[in-house]
Amino acid sequence: MVIAVNDLMQLHRPASTPPTSHPVVMEAVGLSVSYGAFRAVRDVDLAIRRREITALIGPSGCGKSTVLRCFNRMNDLVESARVEGRLTYHGIDVYGPDADAGEVRRRIGMVFQKPNPFPKSIYENVAFGARVNGRRSKAELDELVERSLRGAALWDEVKHRLRASALSLSGGQQQRLCIARAIAIEPEVLLMDEPCSALDPVATAYIEDLMHDIKERYAIVVVTHNMQQAARVSDRTAFFTTEVADHGDRRTGVLVEFGRTADVFSKPADERTERYITGRFG
Amino acid sequence: MAPAATTPVVTLRPTGAVRRRQRVEQVVKAGLLGTASVSVLTTVLIVFSLLQPTVEFFREVSVGAFFGGTDWAPNFQPASFGVWPIVGGTLVVTGIAVLVAVPCGLGVAFYLSEYARPRVRRVLKPVLELLAGIPTVVFGFFALTFVNPKLVDRFWPIGDVSTFSALGAGLVMGVMIVPIMTSLSEDAMSAVPESLRQAGVALGATRREVSTKVVFPAALSGIVAATVLAVSRAIGETMIALLAAGNRPNLSANPGEDMQTMTAYIGSTALGDIATQTIQYKTIFAVGALLFAVTFVLNIASARVVRRFRQAYE
Repeated sequence: MVIAVNDLMQLHRPASTPPTSHPVVMEAVGLSVSYGAFRAVRDVDLAIRRREITALIGPSGCGKSTVLRCFNRMNDLVESARVEGRLTYHGIDVYGPDADAGEVRRRIGMVFQKPNPFPKSIYENVAFGARVNGRRSKAELDELVERSLRGAALWDEVKHRLRASALSLSGGQQQRLCIARAIAIEPEVLLMDEPCSALDPVATAYIEDLMHDIKERYAIVVVTHNMQQAARVSDRTAFFTTEVADHGDRRTGVLVEFGRTADVFSKPADERTERYITGRFG
Repeated sequence: MAPAATTPVVTLRPTGAVRRRQRVEQVVKAGLLGTASVSVLTTVLIVFSLLQPTVEFFREVSVGAFFGGTDWAPNFQPASFGVWPIVGGTLVVTGIAVLVAVPCGLGVAFYLSEYARPRVRRVLKPVLELLAGIPTVVFGFFALTFVNPKLVDRFWPIGDVSTFSALGAGLVMGVMIVPIMTSLSEDAMSAVPESLRQAGVALGATRREVSTKVVFPAALSGIVAATVLAVSRAIGETMIALLAAGNRPNLSANPGEDMQTMTAYIGSTALGDIATQTIQYKTIFAVGALLFAVTFVLNIASARVVRRFRQAYE
């Protein structure tokens, strides 16, 4: 089984992917994350490409969110977290001595599971990143806010009330505002941690359409519990699962299969992937 | 004919035990309401007890002489009732105390809430709250015997400093209030959801930027409430002012001089031999009513400020 997985991953290594593939922006090689003595996920090899949506799927506790939070160093906030292996952004080690966490996060934006707008106005939410990352003129900010809100397909709904509280928006609008806020820092990569799990189906459809529209400009990585969503929106899918660690009874996440979404869903190489996507898992 | 055995007898009427429990609920509710009404009732009684002597005071002393005069000598002959010297003393001492307490208290709160590791926080917070448990008379003595002679006398550059100074009293009062300021504002900061901090960090903000641009505004209403309480405590603080500020009515802008606060006036006069129904006796109530009015207005104003700047995050 392990051999089969490795073979499969060889197949999807950047070098052997078809020439139509977009350039790799971020790459994880042998990435493992531990919280204290507990190893949450191990030996992950992934390549994130520009103009593609990469979905990370798998059962609870498989480490997909943990992996996502490595990409913009959000795990730095967890004191006991330890990251091993190599994670690069354009070949630069994200955790290396030359990488500043703030600079990493300015290039790799994030949208969270629950919409978390600041209790400020709609305008100030979008302008926050620009204000923090160096002052701009009022005109530039106005332009940035409009462009970002348009980019998040929210402009027409809020253009007449930019000074209203972000909390007056509906949940789906709040999440699109969070996307606008994230793209306002003009990142190259956009990480989305189950962005629709707190939303109703209509709002979810909006976000999915939006993801599709903006993927031309970003490399998007999305964690989702929803396999239909992964199948609908993503170009590539990474399937994670859990396995009992060598010692102890806690389960460690592992990457089972990573490939083009069409392949992963139609002819999964691993039996565990097949069981999961056909709903016969665990 | 007997009903069919398969139909059970259903009743939703309360049994005896249920009725007893409902009675207990009623008693508990009434008891809790009673405890809540104690404080409301006390406030009402204070207003009433202040009201009558104050009205009588203003029958003998004109409002203009009280609020317009700058000579405070109610216990002398001829008596003078210009309240400004003790209002000024209160303002100076309170101002110094607030200048110490608000920045220090906020600094400590930011440290505890945003920077300190959990273990440091678990130790530091109770130690700080211990400071709040020290009797004010001890703080007063500390101001009188250490801060005034060792610090104010030595380092204050303007004029001669006597044994007493508004500055020494204000500084120590400020330190005394720091725990209140810290405790309340730290509660407000800790209540800011972690998801907002993460949002800030994910946008490239540093810890300081998250503190000042995300946590501070989100916790502002709590911080304003903490500040108002700190100011109220400073205005109302009696013992430190009485012991260390000098207790001499003195309308001056130089905090190195000795002064008398409104509370110190009330405290010292109430301890002396004053016959009821004399004008001296009624003066105490007039000053007390003024203190009450000032803190009342302050509270209302702060409630407005909070409403204006409120950032609810639910």
